[in-house]
Amino acid sequence: MEGIQVITEKCIGCKLCVEACPYRAVEVINKLAVIKENCNLCGACVPACKYQAIIITARKEAVAEKIVLEGYQGVWIFAEQRQGKLSGVVYELLGEGKKLARYLGEQLNAVLLGNRVRELASELIAYGADKVYLVEAPELEQFQDDSYAQVVANLIQRYRPSIFLSGATSIGRSFIPKVAVILGTGLTADCTSLEIDSKTRLLLQTRPAFGGNIMATIICPQYRPQMATVRPKVMKRATKVERHQGEIIPVMMDGKPNIRTRILEVIKMVEETINLAEADIVVSGGRGLGDPKNFQLVEDLAKILGGAVGASRAAVDAGWISYSHQVGQTGKTVCPKIYIACGISGAIQHLAGMQSSEVIVAINKDPDAPIFQIADYGIVGDVLKVLPALTEEFKKSLY
Amino acid sequence: MHIIVCIKQVPSTTQVKIDPVTHTLIREGGIINPFDTYALEEGVRIRERMGGKVTVISMGPPPAVESLREAISLGADEAVLLSDPAFAGADTLATSYTLSRGIRKIGQFDLIICGKQAMDGDTAQVGPGIAEHLNIPFVTWVRKIEEIREGYIRVQRLMEDSYEVIEMSLPALITVVKEINVPRLPSLKAMLRAKKMSLPIWTANDLDVDRSRVGLNGSPTKVIQTFTPPIRGKGEILTGPVKESAKVLVEKLRERKIL
Amino acid sequence: MDYLLTEEQKMIVELSWKFAREKIAPLAAHYDETEEFPWEIIRELAETDLFGIFIPQEYGGLGGGVFEMCLVVEQLSRACGGIALAYAATALGTFPILLFANEEQKKKYLPDIAAGKKLAAFALTEANAGSDASAIQTSARRETDYYILNGTKQWITNGGEAEIYTVIALTDKSRGSRGASAFILEKGMPEFTFGKKEKKMGIRASTTRELIFQDCRVPRENLLGKEGMGFLITMKTLDASRPGVAAQAVGIAQGALDEALKYARERVQFGQPISSFQAIQHMLADMATQIEAARALVYATARMIDSGAREYSKESAMGKLYASDVAMKVAIDAVQIFGGYGYMRDYPVEKRIRDVKITQIYEGTNQIQRNVIALELIKEAARHQI
Repeated sequence: MEGIQVITEKCIGCKLCVEACPYRAVEVINKLAVIKENCNLCGACVPACKYQAIIITARKEAVAEKIVLEGYQGVWIFAEQRQGKLSGVVYELLGEGKKLARYLGEQLNAVLLGNRVRELASELIAYGADKVYLVEAPELEQFQDDSYAQVVANLIQRYRPSIFLSGATSIGRSFIPKVAVILGTGLTADCTSLEIDSKTRLLLQTRPAFGGNIMATIICPQYRPQMATVRPKVMKRATKVERHQGEIIPVMMDGKPNIRTRILEVIKMVEETINLAEADIVVSGGRGLGDPKNFQLVEDLAKILGGAVGASRAAVDAGWISYSHQVGQTGKTVCPKIYIACGISGAIQHLAGMQSSEVIVAINKDPDAPIFQIADYGIVGDVLKVLPALTEEFKKSLY
Repeated sequence: MHIIVCIKQVPSTTQVKIDPVTHTLIREGGIINPFDTYALEEGVRIRERMGGKVTVISMGPPPAVESLREAISLGADEAVLLSDPAFAGADTLATSYTLSRGIRKIGQFDLIICGKQAMDGDTAQVGPGIAEHLNIPFVTWVRKIEEIREGYIRVQRLMEDSYEVIEMSLPALITVVKEINVPRLPSLKAMLRAKKMSLPIWTANDLDVDRSRVGLNGSPTKVIQTFTPPIRGKGEILTGPVKESAKVLVEKLRERKIL
Repeated sequence: MDYLLTEEQKMIVELSWKFAREKIAPLAAHYDETEEFPWEIIRELAETDLFGIFIPQEYGGLGGGVFEMCLVVEQLSRACGGIALAYAATALGTFPILLFANEEQKKKYLPDIAAGKKLAAFALTEANAGSDASAIQTSARRETDYYILNGTKQWITNGGEAEIYTVIALTDKSRGSRGASAFILEKGMPEFTFGKKEKKMGIRASTTRELIFQDCRVPRENLLGKEGMGFLITMKTLDASRPGVAAQAVGIAQGALDEALKYARERVQFGQPISSFQAIQHMLADMATQIEAARALVYATARMIDSGAREYSKESAMGKLYASDVAMKVAIDAVQIFGGYGYMRDYPVEKRIRDVKITQIYEGTNQIQRNVIALELIKEAARHQI
């Protein structure tokens, strides 16, 4: 297998590498590790081996132009706004970005696109941005992949930040990959933790893979900027800094952007008044509710708590609630402070969508339901009785 | 209509078990990435309505050819696997580049359909990346195709709390979410056809690629470490009459200052 | 047990079981409650090409035989015997056409059945003619280019839902059992109506209705074979399709065993899973052995039929007799293993008793099957005596 080598003198056939490999690409044959053809060089086996018997062989030098890395400076964030309001994740990007910028001794700057959004620029400065690159135009009023990607890519090419962060939102996960390809640089998706390596000063980007069952730490050593999208509701929000000084730099677009898509209509989804991605509290219902009308109990509790309503795939597939509420591997990933799972058994695909919530509460009549394995608090009982009781109790204590 | 569907073979997650001692995954088998099954189904439905062809393309090690056979049994007309040790270790940039070269070699197409994201990487970056390499417009998170005809498509894109109706001309690329359809089961005739078909495998030599942009060489990002996240400790089960448990729970949440 | 299936047969089993698990099992209890005909599931089944399994390729089918049909019926029945019956009864209604139709008739009817576009049904039974099939009274009077049918058929599976019916009627009362003929009728023919839907103990997802003919005009070209062949066609049809009923019984029994085994491993009493108690283990062992024996008998019979054997009434009867009796016992034992929970409709196992009972009754009661077997044995013994 090209690119990876087992040092046969060091290998004792202990199989630690076999267990570490997520792709079953290592086998021990005659007490020697053998790397199979389906290895994709993820490197999980290298640190797993106690005898340093596996090495990823020296990579060929990239034929592409060597980037002069020293020319890149600054931690930039994409300040996503929708209808004139900054998305929640932007405050988290400012908080995290500030931490990184301070460590590097560099500036924290923001990129803001839209039409007539200047007061948002002041808000960004108040929360720690040193500079705000403001690009305003009627064409930028509504988010479109073509225009936003072109503008952001141009700004990056012009000002050369070393790090560029965005929220892993619908908007961010859509156009930022296009930016990364335009720039030919690396992009890490959905990070849950960011740090600067003390020796190399590289950005260490940690993110979940395999539905959150494995965490990977990633670097982008040879290309700039080091780009990452950040999972909302995980990082700490920036705090307002009294009288923080910053500069607003208006930037003109380079001509009219070539936008190849046309938005005909935007339809707000009426049932969901609070969107799942932004909610601090999520109350979710599953098949254990027994009947679609029992979702009312879930909604009642969510309302009292000011939270959003989620659902398991089983409930959505049964037609009890629309897909926009689905939490899980083929639905949304949420990370609220409190996740209350009602009548949800806890299949692995559901856990993938909510297991990083801060506090998990589970209500299920089956004491062996897998959800209780990851719940901080569990109530074994009839969800149809527990929910109204909880709603009552919360009502009493909050109002 | 020539529709190209990009699929990826991923480990089967229904069998995911974490070994309690080594904290690593225990895996069995490979399946078509679930989001890609929605993409394939949509492509087949368009072909059934409008005529044409569905070609499935995948980049992966040799075993991935089984997933291509499965795609044929689910209605695809043709399939091709891009496989070469040189492609190994690719991050999303190298992957989208390689797939775009494969698509170029396939030839003329009207629409490329990708699933939203792959179950192992979870990045959702390859679809938009392919569109950029091919210089075609794209729309992500498509929950419904409202209209498609020669040279034109109109779709609904799902956002956090709304959806947008967007139109663009073809050729173009879309990534789809689960809501778009319910994939069919294989049909026996298609299964028999899939079994007999010889599926082409294209290596780096067959494609017109810049070797420095594929595989590990072409990947700006590198994984330096993988670990299992700390396992959540088992929590408290509240017993007793319902009203009591409810009271206790509210108390505990208040204590944690989380309300 | 490894029955040495070919690659294609393995694919058929795999696809049928996948369909049963994913499409039928989640809805079995629902259709049992509502007693609606599961059109949604039938349409999806049509897309898998499984309806064409036992139809020759030149009519759009896959060219398989009774064995392949049994493979499908068994797997579908694991999830629900009632829903599987829509498929099995179509096979029953199609066999007369497969075995006795002329080229025009085959070309006209088989492709739609193979594509799952139309279901079929077989109509023999009447209020006064159950086991005594020769007592049928439905008549078919010839008038120039038509036959005029009068009479009522009872308890016809797929009645009202199927488009294609093979109906046995008397063309010549004076000739007794040689006086019956077989006709192909289509839903929508004038004066061919349906009675009310029957309310049944089990297989409630299957629709059972009366067929009513009141001077119903059937074109001459819809006669199958020749006048007077009615009972021959009936016997041959039932002999070929009986393994399908046996396969249905095996499938229901297998499903019951699977559920009982799963439950026994999870249910803890006296500090142990009940699967560790010998009483339960012995029950499970007997259930599994009997199912395997029934399956082997059904498969052997089906293979025998497909290999072109000319006589197989005895084996066909043995398979149906044994499989249905075994399945009844297995279903009852499965409920026993579930204990109190087995009696509750919330749990899937009591339905299996209600479903499987009919396999001991229809397509020839098990008493008739014993008659047939005994008569064949005696005939063979007589033949071998010099």
